[in-house]
Amino acid sequence: MIRLEKRPQPSRFWVVGAPVLAVLLTMIAGGIMFAALGKNPVEAIRIIFWDPLFSERFAGFSRPQLLVKAGPLILIAIGLSLGFRAGIWNIGAEGQYIVGALFGAAFGLAFWPSEHPLIFPGMIAAGLLGGFLWAMIPALLRVYARTNEILVSLLLVYVAEALLASAATGWLRNPEGSGFPGSRNLARNPGTDNPELIAGTGMHWGVLAAFVAVIAAYVIFSRHILGYQIRLAGEAPRAARFAGVNAGRLVILCLGASGALAGAAGLFEVAGPAGRISIDFNVGYGFTAIIVAFLGRLNPIGILLAGLLMALTFIGGELAQLMLGIPAAAIQAFQGMLLFFLLALDVLANYRFRWKREVAA
Amino acid sequence: MTALLAIEGLTKAYPGVVANDDVSFAIQTGEVHALLGENGAGKSTLVKMIYGLVKPDRGVMRLRGAPYAPAEPRAARAAGVAMVFQHFSLFEALNVAENIALGMENPPKPRDLAERIRKVSETYGLPLDPFRLVGDLSAGERQRVEIIRCLLQDPKLLIMDEPTSVLTPQEVEILFHTLRKLAAEGTAILYISHKLEEIRTLCDTATILRLGKKVATCTPRDVTAAHMAELMVGKSLSVPARDAHEPGAVLLKVEGLSVSAASPFGTSLRDVTLEVRAGEVLGIGGVAGNGQDELLSVLSGETPVAAGSVTLKGVALGALGPEARRGLGLLCAPEERLGHAAAPDMSLTENALLTGRGRKGLEARGFVDWSRTRGFAEAIIARFDVRTPGPGVAARALSGGNLQKFVIGREILQDPVVLVVNQPTWGVDASAAAAIRQALLDLAQGGAAVIVISQDLDELLEISDLFCALNEGRLSVPRPARGLGMEEIGLMLGGAHDMHEVAR
Repeated sequence: MIRLEKRPQPSRFWVVGAPVLAVLLTMIAGGIMFAALGKNPVEAIRIIFWDPLFSERFAGFSRPQLLVKAGPLILIAIGLSLGFRAGIWNIGAEGQYIVGALFGAAFGLAFWPSEHPLIFPGMIAAGLLGGFLWAMIPALLRVYARTNEILVSLLLVYVAEALLASAATGWLRNPEGSGFPGSRNLARNPGTDNPELIAGTGMHWGVLAAFVAVIAAYVIFSRHILGYQIRLAGEAPRAARFAGVNAGRLVILCLGASGALAGAAGLFEVAGPAGRISIDFNVGYGFTAIIVAFLGRLNPIGILLAGLLMALTFIGGELAQLMLGIPAAAIQAFQGMLLFFLLALDVLANYRFRWKREVAA
Repeated sequence: MTALLAIEGLTKAYPGVVANDDVSFAIQTGEVHALLGENGAGKSTLVKMIYGLVKPDRGVMRLRGAPYAPAEPRAARAAGVAMVFQHFSLFEALNVAENIALGMENPPKPRDLAERIRKVSETYGLPLDPFRLVGDLSAGERQRVEIIRCLLQDPKLLIMDEPTSVLTPQEVEILFHTLRKLAAEGTAILYISHKLEEIRTLCDTATILRLGKKVATCTPRDVTAAHMAELMVGKSLSVPARDAHEPGAVLLKVEGLSVSAASPFGTSLRDVTLEVRAGEVLGIGGVAGNGQDELLSVLSGETPVAAGSVTLKGVALGALGPEARRGLGLLCAPEERLGHAAAPDMSLTENALLTGRGRKGLEARGFVDWSRTRGFAEAIIARFDVRTPGPGVAARALSGGNLQKFVIGREILQDPVVLVVNQPTWGVDASAAAAIRQALLDLAQGGAAVIVISQDLDELLEISDLFCALNEGRLSVPRPARGLGMEEIGLMLGGAHDMHEVAR
């Protein structure tokens, strides 16, 4: 019989080894699935993992997409990881992302068509503020009314979607858009544009912000007392109170920071890759970022890698659908396998397997 | 004559440790048999095997001559073996009869069961109202519920795991009376304890375990407590000592403090007043659940109160949080080591930061100085003989005694003005406990004031200058600990509940 035994210390080898093994197992299991669908498994896996970056035919288009898609995922996930480590569950990053985009876009459009150099920084500040304020609703309700932040933040996503629809069809609608829903295209105006900084890489200000966030989070968790308090509150709430950590302040701080980063991600998206506020502006980055945060084990470097991997499977998955005619459901199943193996093998870091024979009674 | 229970060569190994190594002994019918040993000597594993919770790797047991190998507690109970655990498994929101019915295979009607509970409780001098809510009962009364639950099965062997740790001296008397009566009727009792005097008054035979092996069998009445202690520990223990001294100025003062309970079954503090002087050790006795945790959290700053009700050297700090209080020199060590005094999954270095942050200057402008923090952890480990491979080890990997030495050492090395400790030696082996007590005395010797909250009366009498009792959230007037008798202490602790019904 197999028995799990808790390790006294998490294994350093498996913290790194488990994700690598998970990707390999996903390739094997996914390959079997693709073979059963009558596709060439080796080719399918090459298209998903290799071609988006290195094929001569596709890389020109898909390589920049990697950073464009990974940027907001990483930026949001870093913010979420602050709260998740403290046991504060912000599930509504999608809503904060929308509100941040609305605030930022509204700021930019208010000065349309000015090209003043302070407009874009102002939009970033407005994006941060929007996400922050939207996250303050669950934060203050939790601290002062003891409501559950999971429910409140999640439900506010749907309120934000309603706000988005009203903006796209009403108060931010393009006055020259002949009545179609959607705002002016912010990317078309140098004053409000979030441009590709290095041609052909997909690198825009938001991706840069994501990298800065990764470094900042890394410093906070490894060197700063705040990171220590966050971990303490998550691992042993009573010990945190004993240490003098103010639980209410931590809730406001963690939810505020994650909201602000999600809001900034929304602003960078609306001013760059998306270009404008539209009814279907949000595509689920806020929810996928939750997966990215956990996939990266709430560790900043892990989140960076997880965000890139997640973006890669999205792009590669689309490519495989296009090239091999693999059904979308099979691609989703493949992505599901990857998550399954990554999370299941996580157990190796904290437990070891023991083969144990039953004692004869 | 065949022994009631004969144990031959029982062995049980866990990864990395042999809990029981070739243990053999026998329990006779009607005998009160003590099982004696330090924490970690293998007492619990041994009784778990007898009660069917753990299967032995090797060895056999015989019950009245027949092979006995219970696969589960139910089988043990069917064979006439019952056990009262140290930690009760009772539902606070249910009444006594409902709690007992929950543990039965085929519970009778509530009215019949209540009748049987009354009968058994009268027969054995354990007064208990079957319809009272368990949440309203004292620890002693809860233990009676567990005992009566066992007695209703009419057991041949009753196992009791550290039964007196939660009782007042008077309640201990009642319990012993009951146990003697049971023994006289032919029930064998296996009595687990490390309290030597108790064993000398109650038990007929003692089996002593050390590091999983049986080291001796003796008749407790015929040997001294010191002799048994030596057998148990394997060496003689030094009694903490210090020189006589005059108490100094008042350092900590609590005045008219009342705090209502945070939860329905918590304890409210009622009009608590105390003061401790420099160089003084104040012992606060009392059975667990009488407000000890609440008192500690008021002193540590986890529960803020009116500013003026707690003063340190005349500075009102009742409204301050834990970190501000530490800055002024009021340090605390809570009872629960894992999860309260220390974070289980964090390393010792990280746990050193938990309270040492400000006072040891481990943080500057928000950034943690990890090399200093590691140095502080190493200093604690070296100074307090914490057995661990190094400061990078997670707190949960340490044994209870070692972690306790670390936690107490962490506060002492911060040079407190006043140190408050709750149950400093709970679950700690005898030599570590002696080291901790000595460290507390040395601290007081150095001019600090020390408050020790403990259930262990022997410990309090050993180290305290003044003794007071916490009973249902009320603190008695402190009295000099020297010359205080167990009888008086018992009355300070609230005596026994329903004493008058006990037949003597």
